Amino acid sequence: MTGLEQVFRDAWAAVVASTARLTRDLDLAEDCAQEAVERALRTWPQGMPDNPAGWLTTTAHRVALDRLRREATLRRKLPLLVEPPGDRDEPVDALRLVFTCCHPALVRESQVALTLRLLCGMDVTAIAAVLLTGEAGVARRITRAKQKIAAARIPFRVPPDDELAARLDAVLTVVHLVHTAGHVGSRADLQDTDLTGRATGLARMLVRLLPDEPEPQALLGLILLTEARGPARTDAEGDLVLLAHQDRSRWDRALIRQGLARTTAALRHPRRGRFALQAAVAGLHAVAPTWADTDWAQIVTTYDALMRTWPSPVVALNRAAARSRLPGADLAAVLREIDDLALDGYPYLPAARADLLARLGRAEEAAAAYAEALALTTNPVERRYLALRVVSRGHP
Amino acid sequence: MARYVFLMYDAEDFYDTADEQDVVDEMRLHEQFMEAVRAAGASVVGGEALQPSSTASTVRGDALVTDGPFADTKEALGGFYVIDAPDLDVALRLAKLCPAGNVEVRPVLELPEA
Repeated sequence: MTGLEQVFRDAWAAVVASTARLTRDLDLAEDCAQEAVERALRTWPQGMPDNPAGWLTTTAHRVALDRLRREATLRRKLPLLVEPPGDRDEPVDALRLVFTCCHPALVRESQVALTLRLLCGMDVTAIAAVLLTGEAGVARRITRAKQKIAAARIPFRVPPDDELAARLDAVLTVVHLVHTAGHVGSRADLQDTDLTGRATGLARMLVRLLPDEPEPQALLGLILLTEARGPARTDAEGDLVLLAHQDRSRWDRALIRQGLARTTAALRHPRRGRFALQAAVAGLHAVAPTWADTDWAQIVTTYDALMRTWPSPVVALNRAAARSRLPGADLAAVLREIDDLALDGYPYLPAARADLLARLGRAEEAAAAYAEALALTTNPVERRYLALRVVSRGHP
Repeated sequence: MARYVFLMYDAEDFYDTADEQDVVDEMRLHEQFMEAVRAAGASVVGGEALQPSSTASTVRGDALVTDGPFADTKEALGGFYVIDAPDLDVALRLAKLCPAGNVEVRPVLELPEA
């Protein structure tokens, strides 16, 4: 990515949000932001402005005012509900846009699509790859969501304090989903670094906009700690290396330091939430000198706390896998626990079963479970790993 | 302000078993709801309670008359309110206070005045 692209990417959400407050129309705001970027590409080579983000916002506003004057008689669309109209207030505008995109009256896929479109400026092709669906479907979804925002009067507003925590959880869930979609990407490589970079950018923006909230810090910590392992997740041939076998000297120590600092701050906060606990698990892995020397007891305790805060079958699966690493663990009991989980279609469930079956010496069953995981997996790097395990009947 | 219709869907066995006191209690819940609407700076501009879905008749697209509601579901449309509210957040907050098992909130299509 060039320096200019990074500038556009960092400024995009604020430019769209601030312009949307002016135009009271999300489509028009996007068009004007795009026009501002195109003008920047034409004029900046002759000399960069001192404040590129401010330049983009001012230009987008100017384009918007022109268009609004010209099209005043043609506009019949319902206006976006902005309150208060107020003065220039860019940081809050971006936050308003975040909460509008992730409004609970919109289905989760629409929240993700709107976030990637309006906050990240991604095109429909890239969004379709994230949502594992067709471009026409994504375009329709975005159009319908924008229509609903206008017709149902979803306000362009930061929720009041008594609703903030619940509404913020939806926002963080969307950002976490974007990161997860990039962590194991849909293309040839294991990781889609463009997408994980977008998720990191969104998490950083939320930390900046909501400095007093612990959960955005926690999510950023979780993402940084996960990103730190990136270089070690595949070997020189591009094959998958599980956490147990990763060369920990290839982990990014600077990212681990930053991630731990965010995580510790979020864990100490009186309103500690589920992302703080998820980040804590990532932190415990990050500080372990080896797989064998990992503090499994502490990881299990953290998952126990997470199950109390946020009970979900995925957490239960991860806790079971961690329990199986405790000294003297009853692997057959862990296997029974996993089999009771309602996680149809989740490839990491048969993968975890396969691992336990292989460790129990039940090779044929392990191979069958790896085949089951393979059938549910689309990433080619993960598929290669699982296919090898099917053939080797679970042996590494 | 914008108008929203609150469509209330409930299991209908309440009416099979309800005694006089249950009906009085139910009415009180609706009075409390209307009070909450006013307190939120919104207003009730319409609404009706409906007879049970067993009394419904449906005229299908081909003018065929059938006995019963359009969609025969476990929880049936039992009544509606028309609420004038500043935005969807207020409308949804009020819908949570609405005495019904399930409330569908639909914005009214406002036609431009001629």
